[in-house]
Amino acid sequence: MGMDRREFLRLAGLTCIGIGVGGAQLFVRTKIASSEYAPPEERLTAKRWAMIIDLRKFKTEEDYKRVIEACHKIHNVPNIPDPADEIKWIWTEDFEHSFPEQMNPFIPESVEEKPVLVLCNHCGKAPCVRVCPTKATFKRPDGITAQDYHRCIGCRFCMAACPYGARSFNWRDPRPYIKEENLEYPTRCIGVVEKCTFCVERLAVGKKPICVEKSNGAMLFGDLEDPSSEVRMYLAEHFSIRRKPELGTQPSVFYIIGGEEHA
Amino acid sequence: MLEKALVGSKRYWTLVFILLGIIGIAFLVYLKQLKEGLGITGMSRDVSWGFYISQFTFLVGVAASAVMIVIPYYLHNYKKFGRIVILGEFLAVSAVTMCMLFIFVDMGQPSRIFNVILHPTPNSILFWDAVVLSGYLLLNILIGWNALQAEYKGTPPPKWTKPLVYISIPWAISIHTVTAFIYQGLPGRHFWLTAIMAARFLASAFSSGPALLLLLALLVRKYTKFDPGREQLQSVAKIVTYAVIVNFFFFLLEVFTAGYSQIPGHLHSFEYLFFGIEGHGKLVPLMWISIFLSLFAIALLVIPPTRRNETTLTVACIAVFASLWIDKGFGLVIGGFVPNPFERVFEYWPTLPETIITLGVWATGFLILTVLYKVVISVRERVGFEESAH
Repeated sequence: MGMDRREFLRLAGLTCIGIGVGGAQLFVRTKIASSEYAPPEERLTAKRWAMIIDLRKFKTEEDYKRVIEACHKIHNVPNIPDPADEIKWIWTEDFEHSFPEQMNPFIPESVEEKPVLVLCNHCGKAPCVRVCPTKATFKRPDGITAQDYHRCIGCRFCMAACPYGARSFNWRDPRPYIKEENLEYPTRCIGVVEKCTFCVERLAVGKKPICVEKSNGAMLFGDLEDPSSEVRMYLAEHFSIRRKPELGTQPSVFYIIGGEEHA
Repeated sequence: MLEKALVGSKRYWTLVFILLGIIGIAFLVYLKQLKEGLGITGMSRDVSWGFYISQFTFLVGVAASAVMIVIPYYLHNYKKFGRIVILGEFLAVSAVTMCMLFIFVDMGQPSRIFNVILHPTPNSILFWDAVVLSGYLLLNILIGWNALQAEYKGTPPPKWTKPLVYISIPWAISIHTVTAFIYQGLPGRHFWLTAIMAARFLASAFSSGPALLLLLALLVRKYTKFDPGREQLQSVAKIVTYAVIVNFFFFLLEVFTAGYSQIPGHLHSFEYLFFGIEGHGKLVPLMWISIFLSLFAIALLVIPPTRRNETTLTVACIAVFASLWIDKGFGLVIGGFVPNPFERVFEYWPTLPETIITLGVWATGFLILTVLYKVVISVRERVGFEESAH
């Protein structure tokens, strides 16, 4: 072979430099210049998105079903029959279990048995964001607790941290359990956590969350930091409660209960 | 020196092949889990951590407990522990490896494990746990291996390992403190939200770890020519005695806080674990067995004649290990998830595939331990261990 020691060393050295430069490039993030991307003009923005659920306006089982099904349908939430493996973004729980800290055995029966819509609270101080080891779940500047399905390693620390049971894990492949796939929204793979996102994909194109849209006015959505917003005005006029506020998580979902008609 | 692990008796090779067999079967089951998802375990939406994470938690304690041998030897100049300090360090190596494997098999997307390094997140306790565990593994490999090599050559251990030994002491405390912080900083999980969690973790670690070490040392003495020494074992027994009593005391503090304050959130998990709620009580018998074993072990260890007698001492150590395994390797993690955030009861029980994978990880740990101990024993059988070796 026609390679002497000197030439070998030179080649080996060059190879090392090549690998080094190539490797370094892997770590230098390529960024899209901000001028290349303009967010759509019709998008909805806020400093801190919040939701009001006026339970007085949920009268029949159909009212709840319409909201839940619309959400699960457009977000490709699978319908897994085994409750252990279930994926839920928005669902109903009775009052007693939604607000366990209330512990009042003498509230009107109509309230006690009232189904309550529960979902991610998009907490002001979200414990799930605090514990995530990869920033797969993170806070957006508009207050939404978002989830990156492609970065999530499936450690489920966020599920242990969430005091609201709002997070679901894909214990098995969800795709066979999706009846009609919505091609506009991704499906998930096994081993990642998911939850309600306040419909970030809809806000980006100027639409409110699908549950709000389908609620016939029973749910409101707006900017909590804007004193003239619809949600702030409604909260100023009606007595509202939040789930487990004593934990200091600052939930952004407000409930208006009211025991009877026109309470 | 590692070549010593390649020459051994028939018994040694039998053990190695049995462990390899278990690992092989477990690996096949793990491939199934990888393909079908963690749904093949008993975990659920409500109990989202199970056997894997509870084994991890328990074994961090076993790993940290090496410090109970290191402190007397290096800080108090208790020379007699020179015979067993390396057994403690290598036990730590094996335990930390198992910890890492348990975290790995618990991950939903294990191929993304490097996201933890690629996107370092200092506000996550899990990030710090990865840092302290890998550091501790490295420290113990470096310290243990260099000490043994020096012994093999008949020279004192290299000077640069001495600072590492001193670093390893607070480091051992840190691994179990950080592991406790995974649990004790979560709002809404009342059972874990207790300031004494880290202290309780350390107490249970310093009893279960040395108890295991004592049992291993007795096995080593029975099957090899290397004698860890009677006095050494008695000193370890005293460490176990103190620690297991402190651990039980800490447990009673928890029971008092929950029981006397009567705050429902604090009471519920205890109620579930020890009495069952609404007819759900799969863990009740186990938890009472754990209490009984702890009390039984404390009795055997406190009474001097039964502590000195090696047969009753062995029984006591098995009881300590089993009791604390149930308490921390099972009840502590599951109890935190039951009842769930809606105060509803959904129970957990490990499935067969989950149990096989768990056994596989334990077998991997024991294989590492067997190989490392084999090297130690071969070196000692050759040079003829003298107490003044260091």
